[in-house]
Amino acid sequence: MILEVQDLRVEFPSRRGTLVALDAVSFGIKPGEVLGVVGESGAGKSMTGLAVIGLLERPGRIAGGEVRLEGRRIDNLPHEEMRKVRGRKIGVVFQDPLTSLNPLYTIGQQLVETITTHLPLTRNQGRERAISLLKEVGIPGAEARLHHYPHQFSGGMRQRVVIALAIAAEPALIIADEPTTALDVSIQAQIIALLKRLAQTRGTAVMLITHDMGVIAETSHRVAVMYAGRIVEVGPVRDVIHAPRHPYTVGLMGSIPRIASRKTRLVQIDGAMPRLNAIPRGCAFNPRCPKRFERCFADRPDLLPAGTSEAACWLHAPAAA
Amino acid sequence: MPLLRLEAVSRDFDVSRPWLNRVIEREPRRILRAVDRVDLEVEKGETLALVGESGCGKSTVARLIVGLYAPSEGRIAFHGRRMQMIFQDPYASLNPRWRVRDIVAEPIVILGLQEKPSIRRRVSDLLVQVGLSADDGEKYPHEFSGGQRQRISIARALAGEPDLLLCDEPTSALDVSVQAQILNLMTDLQRRLSLTYVFISHNLAVVSQVADRVGVMYLGRVVELGNASSLFAHPRHPYTRMLLDAVPDLQMSGKPRTPVAGEVPNPLEPPPGCVFHPRCPHANERCRVERPAVIDSVACHAVEEGRI
Repeated sequence: MILEVQDLRVEFPSRRGTLVALDAVSFGIKPGEVLGVVGESGAGKSMTGLAVIGLLERPGRIAGGEVRLEGRRIDNLPHEEMRKVRGRKIGVVFQDPLTSLNPLYTIGQQLVETITTHLPLTRNQGRERAISLLKEVGIPGAEARLHHYPHQFSGGMRQRVVIALAIAAEPALIIADEPTTALDVSIQAQIIALLKRLAQTRGTAVMLITHDMGVIAETSHRVAVMYAGRIVEVGPVRDVIHAPRHPYTVGLMGSIPRIASRKTRLVQIDGAMPRLNAIPRGCAFNPRCPKRFERCFADRPDLLPAGTSEAACWLHAPAAA
Repeated sequence: MPLLRLEAVSRDFDVSRPWLNRVIEREPRRILRAVDRVDLEVEKGETLALVGESGCGKSTVARLIVGLYAPSEGRIAFHGRRMQMIFQDPYASLNPRWRVRDIVAEPIVILGLQEKPSIRRRVSDLLVQVGLSADDGEKYPHEFSGGQRQRISIARALAGEPDLLLCDEPTSALDVSVQAQILNLMTDLQRRLSLTYVFISHNLAVVSQVADRVGVMYLGRVVELGNASSLFAHPRHPYTRMLLDAVPDLQMSGKPRTPVAGEVPNPLEPPPGCVFHPRCPHANERCRVERPAVIDSVACHAVEEGRI
């Protein structure tokens, strides 16, 4: 395992008591594996990514559990040390490429700086490497493009530059948070293909955070579905898509519009995800669940084996229990 | 007679630099043609969807139809009384200082559609119709989630008793389960009230769920227009094919797909001939020089010549 997250809990202390943003989140990612993390806004998927890279916004804090990168515990590292781990071991790609690029420096300067900071290379070697990285992520005319500023690139090309930056120090893990959401569908397909290829050829572990199940279907090996701060289902992507086990996943899959040659009515989950200060007792999904029964109101289910996946739902509790 | 007809409608925007710069740096005026000779018809009771990537001109067409822009060329004829618009961002399109009942009542009051005493009841009916409760009228927009706000926008639009509803990306800001609720609501309302929609979206899957007819736009032009069922089953224009191929495959059927190449060119300097030719796998010399006419609802030389 490159990344192991065990029982992660994130809290936000507030005047009216503590809000639990993430609760008992556990997962692992192997080398070369793409783990998709899917959920609706507020489910905690981005929060999971931020907690892993130690960039939680105050007053948020990790209140329990541990995060291990290549076997080494990183959630309790001092600030300065964590900064080095982030730069050297973890590459990050955010939704908006402009927030990851400095508008005042050419992309060549930004790439070379990243490379020479983290790898024992001279500036010239760094430059060579920058060119080969740009080629690898599919930017035509890489050598000339080094001298361009971020605003001179199109949105898709900018995201490629950010990916080149993310892999510049040969990280073990890439965290991509909605990397294609701001892009048009034809550009999105190109970026998806690129991420997939990088994971394969470099053996990098990728945590792909997105609300778009289609993107996950195209790229991921396994998928974790989040709801109200917890993982409600995790399993091989094919099984989760074709045979979802948790009633929320069933509803989510049904509500995704697909290319149809005639109008159809979409499956509809009524209501909305609860706010953090109003998570119901028992299973957080129970107010919206078509299959709820008494136990769902009393106890909160943990992940239980369900076929090849795991689902946090009492429907999958062994009959004896 | 169609409810709405656009005949060769174009819209130019002057994006020139200031006069002094042009004089000193000897720059010519720069005109961006956002919509380029678009012909469309919308029949009563149907949903026409316009789909395309950012910058293709679909939102400009919507704004031309409602009159927020005047066409630079061409003619728009509307044979109805009123139209209303539903916007993408339900946070920006509702006044945060107004109670929901006042927001929904505004079109009724302005258009004088109801006598004063009955307005309240009409507003309550509208709120119930879109899946909210009559008591929600007393609340302010911030007390609602994104999906509920979009329901309020729909109630407000219906309050004006429009013959045509323009929906510009009405579900793009919503989560997928909420999007399903809103799309279903819009379909139900259409059936019940025989509404006519012009539906603007970048999402082909969403469009395939709601549209009767679809216009595919690229760089200001409608490149293919057809019945939704045949367009999605048998796309003809190479750009439509490419777009459909780029939609992530949720079935994971592993069907082979043509890799998508290139990007939308700069609209200030659109390619000559067919605007899609630099990205088109079927482009030949004719495509590079001659603009394809819309023949049998497709603007493509290769389709016309039977090459694809």
